[in-house]
Amino acid sequence: MAPAGPRSGDAIFASVERVNAELFTLTYGAIVRQLLTDLEEVDEVNKQLDQMGYNIGIRLVDEFLAKSNVSRCVDFKETAEVSAKVGFKMFLGVGASVTNWDAEGTCCSIVLEDNPLVDFVELPDTCQGLYYCNVLSGVIRGALEMVSMKTEVTWLRDVLRGDDVFELQVKLIKQVPEEYPYKDDE
Amino acid sequence: MIGASKIKQYSNVLEKPLSKGKQEVSLSAFAFLFSELVQYNQTQVDNIAELERRYGVILLLQTMFLGPWAAGSEIVHNQLCRLEDAGYAVGARCLELLCHREKGNRRETRLLGILSFVHSTVWKVLFGKVADSLEKGTEHEDEYMISEKELLVNRFISIPKDMGTFNCGAFVAGIVRGVLDSAGFPAVVTAHFVPMEGQQRPRTTILIKFAEEVLRREARLG
Repeated sequence: MAPAGPRSGDAIFASVERVNAELFTLTYGAIVRQLLTDLEEVDEVNKQLDQMGYNIGIRLVDEFLAKSNVSRCVDFKETAEVSAKVGFKMFLGVGASVTNWDAEGTCCSIVLEDNPLVDFVELPDTCQGLYYCNVLSGVIRGALEMVSMKTEVTWLRDVLRGDDVFELQVKLIKQVPEEYPYKDDE
Repeated sequence: MIGASKIKQYSNVLEKPLSKGKQEVSLSAFAFLFSELVQYNQTQVDNIAELERRYGVILLLQTMFLGPWAAGSEIVHNQLCRLEDAGYAVGARCLELLCHREKGNRRETRLLGILSFVHSTVWKVLFGKVADSLEKGTEHEDEYMISEKELLVNRFISIPKDMGTFNCGAFVAGIVRGVLDSAGFPAVVTAHFVPMEGQQRPRTTILIKFAEEVLRREARLG
């Protein structure tokens, strides 16, 4: 039987179980608040959020591959398109688009239309350096690392800091060939 | 291109219109996030326990007099407190949001009123269904129990044997405590596993023990 083709983000989102986005938003807010109370330094919190996102990303990519049925991506461009269109839609229920490709095709921007993590959120003056949604950059980095791509993800625009959209820059550093944990001839 | 941009910009988050609450995210996204919350708390508590070990007095005394399992339960207790505190913040905000949106800003003043608000409205909005049951405790006047066959937060969590009493439902207990406290009904809320015959997974019960003042006020109101 021929394998099924890749499913669209909307179709998958409609078929998975869903929870109220507000529970998600409020839980994330509680996490950020706890981190701020414990760590106090905004940079430390950013790093911790990225680390948490990384831990999530390495497991999330398995679910993504299982549910979305995408075939192997030929190049980084396709990877970025697929993660933006299918990945974000499937987990967060929001669409994302990919723009600003550079000449070599190794660096792009993912623009989020809308972000359930930041409903009801306002950054106070004491936390101006905080990347509130830094968990998302960790998720992307972790997920891509599990499919052999080392990337660097940074925030270009952030609505909580006054811009009009959320924009993440994803830069491919290198493709890591898959290593087998054992030698064939032993 | 003529026309305003797609997203209207609000300088102040308070000026943004309140969402209808219909937006959803996938269950797995929430489950991953919750697991990170629990794991983070575990590392934090390990740090606290480590700190206590280094300056040793409290833990040492406990261990000496109560046995090594007491030290373990201290760690579990700390973790539960932190999860509950996270839930408390969620609950306080839920109350404000739901009071405004679902109930037209009416405030509950009676015990049964607030309990049925938690049992139906809050549960329906957060978890998509009303809670399985709401019971009054038989032994004590001030105890009520909300039961759920499988709490949403516990669905993908299994507790290792050496953390026997730990229940991630403490997060939900915190939410309930947050709602009740902010509504003026202070209470102690805890989550317990209740094993059921014939079922693999135990049922979860949220036990609510109201403070004295609540019962006195309720009696006065008649």
